[in-house]
Amino acid sequence: MVRLSEVGLRYGLGGGEILHDVSFAIGPGGFRWLLGPSGAGKTSLLRLLSLATRPSRGSLEVLDTDIGNVARRALPPLRRRIGMVFQDFRLLPHLTAFDNVALPLRLAGRPEGQIGADATEMLRWVGLGAKGGARPAELSGGEQQRVAIARAVVGRPSLLLADEPTGNLDESQAERLMQLLAELNRVGTTVVVATHNDAMVARHPGRALVLEHGRLVRDG
Amino acid sequence: MARPSLRPRGFDDLGLRRALGDRMLPLLVAAMAFLAALAGAGAVGAAALADHWRQGAGAAMTVQVPRPGSAATPVAGTAEETRVERVTAILRGTPGLADTHALPESELNELLRPWLGGLAETTSLPLPGVVAVRLAGDGMDDAGFAALAGRLAAAAPGTTIEAHRPWVRRLSLLARSLQACAWAALGLVTGVAACVIAVATRGGLAVRREVIETVHGLGATDGYIAQRFARRAAGLAGVGALIGAVAALPVLVGLANLAAPFTALDEAGASAGQWFAGGQWFAGGQWLAAVPAALWLGLPVLPLAAGMIGFATAQGTVRRWLRRLP
Repeated sequence: MVRLSEVGLRYGLGGGEILHDVSFAIGPGGFRWLLGPSGAGKTSLLRLLSLATRPSRGSLEVLDTDIGNVARRALPPLRRRIGMVFQDFRLLPHLTAFDNVALPLRLAGRPEGQIGADATEMLRWVGLGAKGGARPAELSGGEQQRVAIARAVVGRPSLLLADEPTGNLDESQAERLMQLLAELNRVGTTVVVATHNDAMVARHPGRALVLEHGRLVRDG
Repeated sequence: MARPSLRPRGFDDLGLRRALGDRMLPLLVAAMAFLAALAGAGAVGAAALADHWRQGAGAAMTVQVPRPGSAATPVAGTAEETRVERVTAILRGTPGLADTHALPESELNELLRPWLGGLAETTSLPLPGVVAVRLAGDGMDDAGFAALAGRLAAAAPGTTIEAHRPWVRRLSLLARSLQACAWAALGLVTGVAACVIAVATRGGLAVRREVIETVHGLGATDGYIAQRFARRAAGLAGVGALIGAVAALPVLVGLANLAAPFTALDEAGASAGQWFAGGQWFAGGQWLAAVPAALWLGLPVLPLAAGMIGFATAQGTVRRWLRRLP
């Protein structure tokens, strides 16, 4: 599903490496916490896994595809099989919550009838059933995060990546999110969650990838 | 929960209605279309002028025969003829000449009347015989012209041919140069319009960078994103060009009416003109009749062409920009 071998990442030509010799593998249906202090490289590692950037060196396999050797035009279908919850939500400000959630389905070419049902159901699940017509600017931070979560999971991705997904949620909402992630994981979705929330990790023990200064110091 | 909306018609998932504004781009394209219409009118006008000159003075030739009533150089086996009769006969038998008309004395007198008044018919000045000739099609080349002059001089010594070839050739060259300038201006305007659309598209990309990166990350293809920009740019450019074409129309009508005495309508232009003038369907029909058909056909093409330029330019610009994303 996901395999990294001695992956290095640098942005631009002059900068130093953000990630150094990172190697690990996650099989289908696997779950990993991604832990480490701020600046350790968690977000960069998630960008690699979400195909938002390519490694500067080393080998990266995502969804059993060697990203180093794949043509650029083959990447969009792979991205549609990856759900990503961004730390800063990345909702489209001119679209309603409903249209934000529906967007991945539209990009995948699903029929409008099915899109309407799935997006509505997902909004209801994150507790925003009554706010489908609201634009992101009309929603609180927590509500925006829930829309972002709904958008990430509405297409039933094979790989789900989340960057601090509980940062703007209260405890009960965070718990509901973790239950959703666990449920998706149970039905075969590979899940990687980057977090600083130690209490959450303690409540849901699982394997963890620990990064420090761009190096993987623990996988287990 | 009531479903907010299914995908509405013209769903703007990239927010391009704000990124590619609906004021500046159409206005700039309207200005370009206005200039393009004028450049097109220049090209059509220059072509009409060249045709007019070629079919008028360039196709005419005058043959002067001194002592027209005297006997022509005898030729064995032929009846005796006057010099003007022999010249006329030679001209009628020459290929490449559409019409040969020996002017009778009364017509010559009419031609002289403005200068000589009543004396034109009573003067004892020896007048040459005049044969008006109209060339057929492309007329005659220089070698044919020299050969004809030689034959006429042999039959009636002193006979001269006055053709307007050299200066008509220069005028035609001038008209063709004007036409080339007009086409070059049209090309330049097209290029500038494409640049304007490219700059506007790049501005839109800069404004929507985060949105585009997000949509790209969600799995949108380059074609999907480029198509949305291209449709928006094509629509705005088309509307702008329509405004420009409409604004140019009264100017073109005015120019065409000013130029009408100097140009000849081609067949298509004539038929369009007759449709406007003969129909009498509204008071301005006579004015519109002066606009050549080529311009009537060209004006509606402007919005279509601008739309296509907008579409292609935006597609290329967006696809090039997207290549920086992985």
